[in-house]
Amino acid sequence: MNKKTYRNPVGVSRFTGLLLISPFIIGTAVFLVYPFVCSFLLGMTNYDGIRPPQFTGMDNYRNMLRDENFCKALGVTVKYAAILVPLKLLVSLITALLLNMEIRGIGIYRTAFYIPSILGSNLAVVIMWQYLFTSNGLVNQLLSLVGATPVSWYGDPDKALFMIVLLRLWEFGSTMIIFLTAIRSLPREYYEAAKVDGCGHIRAFFSITFPQLKSVIFVNLVLQTIAAFQEFNAPYMITGGGPLKSTYTIGMLIYDEMFRYNEQGYANAVSWVLFMLISGAVAVMYAIAALMRRDEE
Amino acid sequence: MKKLPVYLLLTAVGIVMLYPLLWLIGASFKSNDEIFSSVWFMPSSFDTDIYKNAWKTVTPYTMGHYFLNTFMIIIPKIFFSVISSILVAYGFARFDFPFRRFFFALLLGGMLMPSLVTVMPMFMLWRELGFLDTYIPLTVPYLFASEGMFVFILVQFFKGVPKEFDEAARIDGCGSLKTLFFVLVPCIKPAIVSIAVFTFLWTMNDFLTPLIMIQSVEKYPLSLALRLSVDSTGQNYEQNKLIALSVIGLIPSVAVFAAAQKKFVSGITAGGLTG
Repeated sequence: MNKKTYRNPVGVSRFTGLLLISPFIIGTAVFLVYPFVCSFLLGMTNYDGIRPPQFTGMDNYRNMLRDENFCKALGVTVKYAAILVPLKLLVSLITALLLNMEIRGIGIYRTAFYIPSILGSNLAVVIMWQYLFTSNGLVNQLLSLVGATPVSWYGDPDKALFMIVLLRLWEFGSTMIIFLTAIRSLPREYYEAAKVDGCGHIRAFFSITFPQLKSVIFVNLVLQTIAAFQEFNAPYMITGGGPLKSTYTIGMLIYDEMFRYNEQGYANAVSWVLFMLISGAVAVMYAIAALMRRDEE
Repeated sequence: MKKLPVYLLLTAVGIVMLYPLLWLIGASFKSNDEIFSSVWFMPSSFDTDIYKNAWKTVTPYTMGHYFLNTFMIIIPKIFFSVISSILVAYGFARFDFPFRRFFFALLLGGMLMPSLVTVMPMFMLWRELGFLDTYIPLTVPYLFASEGMFVFILVQFFKGVPKEFDEAARIDGCGSLKTLFFVLVPCIKPAIVSIAVFTFLWTMNDFLTPLIMIQSVEKYPLSLALRLSVDSTGQNYEQNKLIALSVIGLIPSVAVFAAAQKKFVSGITAGGLTG
């Protein structure tokens, strides 16, 4: 980004650009900065949505530590992200590598893998998942067909969370496409040289592909972590947070506090903690990535 | 032949990806017994009356009504987000102005902002302004390029268009806006299609925002109408009706994806868009 490429044409004012991006400036102020500041301030009040908010300082944050629901939801959310994100990245990367092997009919495979991810949080997909995993649903029918014992997906706390992980894993297509694009843009000469030197596929992956994919892996990691920390639809519709709050995510807690219990001050405080949590996670990943880069130099 | 295991593996993954959807379509024609006893997706008979009944829904309105509602949100939203993203991206890609770098950093930072954090205060703001239970909270934010990802993608595409194009247009007497709409926009059509398609898909998938902002059943978009059907479908009820509704709910997304697939793949790949 050097200055020269951004020199304005003759006769164009310095403010033309500013005028063009003015919708973004207004939008950021109203839809990003305002809610952000507002949730910080409301987080320090006791507010039921009807009577005016009362300032209570850090009380909401202190109460959070004593709130069993919050501690449980925090644990569930972190566990969920810690299982889902690495699994999804791994599956996406492996599939992208396989698709890159001069496969015939790659378009069909790519489309098949991509379709579930465009449906994303569509409620219809969530309903479908509910049916697939009921006690006598398709998944259990298939399990008994191969001789395995059917699983109580809704009754067993660990299994219930995993059922939701599986739904998001099923939607790995978009992450996979990003990897595939990055892999395809790598210069072919490296691989030809490696082949001449008698280097196998696996060796070529670790010495050529992986080092050059680091930044894309980082982008996917950040995007998927942010999404995982915000999970709401799937547990809300499929399990309702149960059994024993094993799928009760922070997203569900914020929603419940806001709309079911009218604890709007507290809900805002929790959403602020969620923001700090996500930024913290991203900052840590960023720091690790920077350290790794420095090590190489 | 060496690649046979790879093909087998990919095909197996492909089946895992698509079979649930196929099963869902089949199940919409099945009786309760058949849904929970047969793994094969093909129903024993096709009775299209199920769809006719499902279309009527459990509410006073038909699915057609909810489709119309959804499109009343989606169409302005696409229009707003395409226009505002183009203008903002053009500003970032082609002009120098005070605090340019700061604003661009703000754009990238905003993409990391979890929507779950902002949605609660936004709900309060719209409540104060008296716009709850209208489509304004669902559409108006898109007038302000509120999807940073879209701006980012368009900036990348604009940078791919040679600056000589702008200069030639300027020599021919085009102003900045004329240059944008008659010279640059035609060059970045695939990116614009991607933005429109993603706005469509994301709106179809969005559940939390309408859940919070819309209260009256009359104004429900598809996602909320589906939820209403889930809530009123008991264990012994005909499950195929609810499944048929889900199939109907998936059709718009799949259709739009199929129609735009070729054009928008280049858009996804440039910006790293996710579903």
